Amino acid sequence: MTRNALIARLVKYLPLLLLAMAWEGASRFELVSSSALPSLTKVAQAWWDLALGGDLVENGAASLWRLAAGLAIAIVVGAALGIGMAWWRPADIALGPLVEMFYPLPKSALIPVTALWLGFGDGSKILLIAMGCMLPVTLGAYNGARSSERVLVWSARSLGASKLRILRDVVLPSALPEMLSGIRTALAISFVLLVASELIVARAGLGYLIGFLGSNGTYDSMFAVVLTVAFMGFVADRMYLLIMRRALAWRD
Amino acid sequence: MAGLDDTVAGPGIAARAGHILARWGLVITLLIAWELATQTRLFTPFMLPSPERVFGRIWSDGQGGDLFINAGLTLYRALTGFFIAAALGLLIGMAMTRGGVLGWFFDPIISVGFPMPKITFLPVIVLWLGFYDTAKISMVVFDAIFPVITGTILGIKSVEKELIWSARSLGSGEREIWPQIVLPAAMPQMFTGLQVSLPIAMIVAVVAEMLMGGYGMGGAMVQASRMADSPGVFAGIIEIAVVGWFLVKGMALLRRKLLAWHPESDMPTGV
Repeated sequence: MTRNALIARLVKYLPLLLLAMAWEGASRFELVSSSALPSLTKVAQAWWDLALGGDLVENGAASLWRLAAGLAIAIVVGAALGIGMAWWRPADIALGPLVEMFYPLPKSALIPVTALWLGFGDGSKILLIAMGCMLPVTLGAYNGARSSERVLVWSARSLGASKLRILRDVVLPSALPEMLSGIRTALAISFVLLVASELIVARAGLGYLIGFLGSNGTYDSMFAVVLTVAFMGFVADRMYLLIMRRALAWRD
Repeated sequence: MAGLDDTVAGPGIAARAGHILARWGLVITLLIAWELATQTRLFTPFMLPSPERVFGRIWSDGQGGDLFINAGLTLYRALTGFFIAAALGLLIGMAMTRGGVLGWFFDPIISVGFPMPKITFLPVIVLWLGFYDTAKISMVVFDAIFPVITGTILGIKSVEKELIWSARSLGSGEREIWPQIVLPAAMPQMFTGLQVSLPIAMIVAVVAEMLMGGYGMGGAMVQASRMADSPGVFAGIIEIAVVGWFLVKGMALLRRKLLAWHPESDMPTGV
């Protein structure tokens, strides 16, 4: 990076640094009660202790496993459903209204139901994330596959391509961009559902850890975990964007 | 999905009737499948209570007035938060496109904050504001404001420069250009931001109620779940789903009304 680019970047992200400094200052000089807002240095110290003690790793692993498993199910089932509906008209007629009916459901309403079915462990969180994240993927895949240009499909057909071949070489690639942005929405929802369900009904996971530390009154540790989860969500989105751009590089 | 698979010429009466039939047919099929699943003992009544019990529960919730108190409180929290987020978000978004200190200050905060799961901060908000409505509404605002801001910025930035130039060359001043050209041209994307934001407001209000307890649809559901009262939980899901459905459909209708002049008025609403 050249020097000018570095300076430009520094100026761009300066407000975040200012916020951090304001936080540290407000807490240091007792502008706000330090139990309501522990200073940033204390939070960093607490984070380090949690990391060394293993709490962060243990609960983080539990959360990540739930997230990955739930999202994987949502993506596979959601994409298959969406493309199936776009490809095969009876599936569209039968399932379209169902998707339309369940799409606006505020997904958080599923938390108590999955807890009722599968209890407080991993199973209920995975089911919750799978159910809550499936429809955005379905809708993306459906809209994408439907918009694949008729002309392309016709020409492939007239050139003698088999149905499967058309699906793989024409419909799937043109469904990809919208499907990938549907998955991005799903990724955001998965974090919300994960944290919310772990805060409300769980015995492990980062959300549970936040609730536990909060009710213990160890607020510096609580802030440390809150910031960790927020940061994880941010990093996951950025990494996904990178992957998405690479996957769509052939379009330009 | 209505609106997406209409043919270019518009659906005929037969097709439309078929559509309506398919939709209600599906709802009825679902109900029958649900009833059969409970009859055949595939699921215990605890895992899946019968439709009569769940709808009976909704009926008695309605008769006792609990349903309206809970739904009203949840709607009040979600909508108050949504309107505050909408007003603030539109203002901040418009201010940010003008550059200057505000743009510089908020830009990295929005781009870092947007992908973060804001709901994680709920315990912090509880710590600061307690368990009352202020805390719940603040959480809704904090979460629902981001799509409004980004929608506003996207909308204003994508206004065609030629439009502004021609207005300027015809002698319009900034005072006329903003309300007459920039804002109308940016409307569709601003509205999309609002359409993304409203379901978020609803989700967050329900989660906040679940975590903090008390009245409201989320609180009632968690209460039912703790008491192992499964008809109560399923009644809650249906009630919340119906309220959510009306909100989303209402926004789509409003879009069609407000943006009737715009080719994008019928755009499907991806969350």
